[in-house]
Amino acid sequence: MNACIQLAHGGGGTLMQQLIDRELRCLYNDPTQVLHDAARLERPPGLLAFSTDSYVVQPLEFCGGDIGSLAITGTANDLAMAGARPLHLSVALILEEGLPLGLLRRLVASMAASARSCGVAIRTGDTKVVERGKGDGIFITTSGIGVVEAPFAIDPLAIQPGDQILVSGDLGRHGLAIMAARHGLDLQPPVASDCAPLWPLVEQLLAAQVQLHCLRDLTRGGLASALQELAQARGLEFTVENKQLPVLEAVARSCELLGFDPLHLANEGRFVAVLPPQHLGSALALLAPLGGRHIGSVRQGPGRVLLRTEFGTERLLIPPSGELLPRIC
Amino acid sequence: MGTAVSTAMARLAQQLGATVSQPWTLMEVCGGQTHAIVRSGLDQLLPPGLRLIHGPGCPVCVTPAATIDAALGLAARPGLILCSYGDMLRVPGSNPAAGDLLQQRAAGGDVRLLTSPLQAIALAKAHPERQVVFLAVGFETTAPATALLARQALALQLNNLSLLLAHVRVPPAMEAIITAPGNQVQGFLAAGHVCSVMGISELQLLARQHQLPVVVTGFEPLELMQGLLHCVQLLEAGTPRVVNAYGRVVRDGGNPAAQALVQEVFELVAQTWRGLGTLPASGLALRPPYHQLDARRRFQLGQTSEGEPGNPCISGLILQGQKNPVDCPAFGKRCRPEHPLGAPMVSSEGACAAYHHYRP
Repeated sequence: MNACIQLAHGGGGTLMQQLIDRELRCLYNDPTQVLHDAARLERPPGLLAFSTDSYVVQPLEFCGGDIGSLAITGTANDLAMAGARPLHLSVALILEEGLPLGLLRRLVASMAASARSCGVAIRTGDTKVVERGKGDGIFITTSGIGVVEAPFAIDPLAIQPGDQILVSGDLGRHGLAIMAARHGLDLQPPVASDCAPLWPLVEQLLAAQVQLHCLRDLTRGGLASALQELAQARGLEFTVENKQLPVLEAVARSCELLGFDPLHLANEGRFVAVLPPQHLGSALALLAPLGGRHIGSVRQGPGRVLLRTEFGTERLLIPPSGELLPRIC
Repeated sequence: MGTAVSTAMARLAQQLGATVSQPWTLMEVCGGQTHAIVRSGLDQLLPPGLRLIHGPGCPVCVTPAATIDAALGLAARPGLILCSYGDMLRVPGSNPAAGDLLQQRAAGGDVRLLTSPLQAIALAKAHPERQVVFLAVGFETTAPATALLARQALALQLNNLSLLLAHVRVPPAMEAIITAPGNQVQGFLAAGHVCSVMGISELQLLARQHQLPVVVTGFEPLELMQGLLHCVQLLEAGTPRVVNAYGRVVRDGGNPAAQALVQEVFELVAQTWRGLGTLPASGLALRPPYHQLDARRRFQLGQTSEGEPGNPCISGLILQGQKNPVDCPAFGKRCRPEHPLGAPMVSSEGACAAYHHYRP
């Protein structure tokens, strides 16, 4: 029988100690550190950013990533969207009885690698095991602390009429990769998740003294949800040019076939930036080589998002209403 | 490429404007076309006097409430696996308060989403001790795949797989619309993918009998505009006939292999359409020996009434083209995609969903 997680792995006894020592210790920045009830951290100067997120995805592994890389990158990216350099993470695992140990090892290795690429250290953690059938293999919750390096408030309320809107790269790949894995769709060529750390890009924008009014990562609900939330929060009208939206041909084709809108699909390594027009050039100089685009602008008007088609007509861009489901014909 | 497309569109719009000499009312039959039109804002480019009404070509929208009720009832049975296509899982039955299949799943029912009917075979094989029911809906486009499923299920002697059928055929609905009192439709854009299976002979009969033009049209904005132009040209010239403007996909004879498969497995029966009533020869039933796969027989499901008491949804009038989604007092208020009162607000091909999603 293949080795797998048992209830006793969460029982606080020898098996649990073995699990931590053999499988989980490599997550920590200093694997030799004595694990204690709480981590003690140096207090950095300036404002702190603090964020938390839970990860429940099926399948656990997909083209271009897994739940482990999502859990680390997602929370680190949330910090980056507040203009903060991600520093410390906590990782709480809820394992389902029967989870193959080999899979857990892969996910742990993936978390460790993601933490390195995000420049963040995992400082504390927790592990629980639930009975078979009461979990979905593994649930992960991560919380993160970062130090704010942006010398201005990055906030939806900072958005002004006349601001310009950029996206940092092509859209929809993560959501499509998950859908393909979940529904057994054999996409040719395969579409890989865009899961990637965002702080390095934000850091470069700040270093180039680009003033950022707002940043938002394009996770659940995709670009459509992110823009709608910002437009409504600030009570301004956003206009987006359809022909400027970067969507790979393979993604567009698959979406057409399945009845998905790429603007509704989640991304895990993309953000939208809203900034004053005089900073557009320097922001684009950094983002365009990575696939970033200038997609639209902000004006006085009701809190909504309009999409201008290539035919000169306009339509609403609104978030998906629920679970994305493939269509019939 | 983008510029070429927008130039071509501008040229077609101009041509259309120059062709229209009097008011015309056209219907695009397929919900996929409705979505493409509203999504691309094509309706904003039409000349004054040219009116589009949206047809019933949304399989989810026309599936009878009684069938959804039956599916909900089956999904509530312990041990039974009910599977269907994605959109079907969100459609309310005759009592919106009773929820949909997704809510049934949340309450403990085993409801699975399939992207191909043949996945039902794998489900039935994997769970030989459990009954698997496939809720089979759709037009002529999905009927061949359901027929293939029936054939394989019988060949494999899968005694635990059955089909809850609500397949419908498009031409009888087109006929019902133009013969209804108060009809305003003067020409059709026919659904290209249906014709790719069935060919155009049924449409030729319809065009001849009722003296109105039918243009077989694709789903790209440019193809739709081209289809509209063809249809208006036929109306203006007084030459009602069928034009295949989707020749890159549709052959006049359709797909004979798919037609033969459908013919082998199904027979034509009267079928109830949600919102349109019962139309003769508009549905498909399993013929012997395939009828042993009929879930209605296997689970002795009676026909329930079609009434939807207390529901203000006007989807019937919308599906017949007599009302627009915005004419409905519940539109965007009590009826929204996250809380639909009727199927056209659910489906990715429903007219109400298209208006709600895209119209500024």
